[in-house]
Amino acid sequence: MDFNDTADEAEYRARARDWLAANVAAHKAIDHGDDMAAARAWQARKAAAGYAQITWPKEWGGGGGTPIQSVIFGQEEARHPVQYGYFTIGLGMCIPTVMAFADDATKQRFVGPALRGEEIWSQLFSEPAGGSDVAAIRTRAVRDGDDWVVNGQKVWTSGAHYSDFGIVLVRTNPDVPKHKGLTMFWLDLRAPGVEIRPIHQMSGGSNFNEVYFTDVRIPDSQRLGAVDAGWKVALVTLMNERLAVGGGGGAGPKEILKLAREVDGADGGKLLHDPAFRQKLADWWVQAEGLRNTRMRTITALSRGQTPGPESSIGKIIAANQLQDIGNSAVEAEDQYGIIADPALAPLRGLFQSATLNAPGLRIAGGTDEILKNIIAERVLGLPGEIRTDKDAAFRDLPA
Amino acid sequence: MNFDYSDEQKMLKEEARRFLGARCDTAVVRGVLDDDDRHHDDALWRAIAAQGWLGAAIPEAYGGLGLGHVELCALAEELGRALAPVPFASTVYFVAEALMLLGSEEQKTRWLPKIAAGEVIGAFATSEGPGAVAPGRIATRVADGRLSGTKIPVTDGQIADLLVVLADDGLYLVEGPVAAEPLATLDPTRAAARIVFDSVPAERLGDEDGFAAMQAVFDRAAVLLAFEQLGGADRALEMAKDYALQRHAFGRAIGGYQAIKHKLADIYVKNEIARSNAYYGAWALGSGAAELPLAAATARVAASEAYWFAAKENIQTHGGIGFTWEADPQLHYRRSRQLALVAGAPAVWRERLVAQLERRNAA
Repeated sequence: MDFNDTADEAEYRARARDWLAANVAAHKAIDHGDDMAAARAWQARKAAAGYAQITWPKEWGGGGGTPIQSVIFGQEEARHPVQYGYFTIGLGMCIPTVMAFADDATKQRFVGPALRGEEIWSQLFSEPAGGSDVAAIRTRAVRDGDDWVVNGQKVWTSGAHYSDFGIVLVRTNPDVPKHKGLTMFWLDLRAPGVEIRPIHQMSGGSNFNEVYFTDVRIPDSQRLGAVDAGWKVALVTLMNERLAVGGGGGAGPKEILKLAREVDGADGGKLLHDPAFRQKLADWWVQAEGLRNTRMRTITALSRGQTPGPESSIGKIIAANQLQDIGNSAVEAEDQYGIIADPALAPLRGLFQSATLNAPGLRIAGGTDEILKNIIAERVLGLPGEIRTDKDAAFRDLPA
Repeated sequence: MNFDYSDEQKMLKEEARRFLGARCDTAVVRGVLDDDDRHHDDALWRAIAAQGWLGAAIPEAYGGLGLGHVELCALAEELGRALAPVPFASTVYFVAEALMLLGSEEQKTRWLPKIAAGEVIGAFATSEGPGAVAPGRIATRVADGRLSGTKIPVTDGQIADLLVVLADDGLYLVEGPVAAEPLATLDPTRAAARIVFDSVPAERLGDEDGFAAMQAVFDRAAVLLAFEQLGGADRALEMAKDYALQRHAFGRAIGGYQAIKHKLADIYVKNEIARSNAYYGAWALGSGAAELPLAAATARVAASEAYWFAAKENIQTHGGIGFTWEADPQLHYRRSRQLALVAGAPAVWRERLVAQLERRNAA
């Protein structure tokens, strides 16, 4: 066990640090207009230097580097105000699926622009009747000559409102059991018949969308994998998801420690001197550190050529629940004032109020706590699967 | 960066598992549990000594194997898994570590080879009564090289040949055997005693103030204990899983019900958090990193919580049979209490963790 950089790693870190110092300064010196334009510019800058997808092969515009190098660059980049989330789903989930299943021409066409931030991708799996039960998809694709005609609705599609392309899982055969009649395609989200409606979330934001398909024509050449083999393709996408979704962002032990130094506790002293608060702070620290060190163990497994298994599910369970707990504990610690969410008035620009409102979504997105626990129980511990009445029945005979 | 055991360390760990599998099944643990006159399993202790494990982290110059602390952590994980009823922690994690950290050349030369050879059992005596051990509350005194005071409980006190004792001004070495009164404890598979020191000869160990010296030893022991706790927690989860697969109710294995699946997933998550924090602690201990006090506190809090949760929910998963004397889940329930308290309770370590965070952020 060695948590220090090796000589090579230290050298890589020093180079990354120098590159970031010079390039963040240059990036920030330019007026990009809006946040999206700034994000695209930063992504292009990273891509040109081989830092956009460090572990991808160089022939695809990646850095040809190791998982550890990717972690090192991520650690160093996190010190700078260049955190843009627009490309995570595309580069983390969609493009790897395209790279695994598309023909060469398609890959040549799409990998580069996605890498450089010129085109953004969405993942269209979930539906009103199939959230946790993803295979319950009802969006129907019917073959018509060289095309498929698609009708139906997707939901919870992150970033669809600013995306150019997507990968979509649809039902091509309702006469077989539900996992066996799905097919995956890539599509242009501006194609005729595609309608995107942002969802207004309880947190006030609109990161997710409903996506409606009305007689949308998708050429068969845009199919990823075999007809009716979409479930296997989706598993490749989803395996990448839990690595991509990861952390909660912002309100962690360090942030609440900062608050606790400033606000008064119930006993008259600062909150940080309240023994009950200190006990909770220790537990949050233990969890956050445990998570950080667990990620490092996953990276070690990756760098030894092992595939990270479903055990990485624990990251999201802990991060989302901890965000909710810390957010609310901080809000309560602010006492009556804690109800104020206005960033101009609330401590740490309303970080904890925002965490409290966003946390419920994190506990659901990318696999609910409950589904993730099923995954751990079944795939890691080997416990029996749920009793299912739908496994062998034809999809069209299932109750809706 | 590398966050796992090396291949050699994994081999050592597998070898230890095989060895303990053959020499320390739960019948051996029960042999100590069911006999009030036995405080450890002497045959197992001798066999462990013959393996050289007592000196795993002791330098070769002092008769040890000089392997290092990460190797000792790997052994600790297996000893915890097997519930080994031996004074390994007292002798190695506390006394040998105290000697290596604080001892004079003469003290090290005199005692470490004997510890490595299995000729000396150690005990670390700090507590004097209910509540946290804290500066200003230590009544044990030393005058003219003679130590007086009462220590309770002293793990392995009744079988110790060498005791490290906390007095108000520092740590002291006291040679055993000393008159010790065995105590009934939550975990009879580990020995514990009340010891009244009445003006016994004592030799100063290190120059540090007593409480700081004790804490420095506790930091090292905490990491090693965390691995024993982790080994026990993993085993408790395995037992719960095996039982859930085998026990049928309402027509199917109880492990198919989400109430049980989610419970076991919760145990798994806590165990993984404990494992990751223990690994970081092992690195800090093995490399002499300045982060050791914070890493040790983090490892100890995580491991204490994980083992307690796994041990209690293992009994719950077993249902009524789990509450019987004959069933093994109680062994982990008891040991989880012993390991969580022996170097200070989780609440004390949480407080220590936050104090470290404050210090770090202030710097």
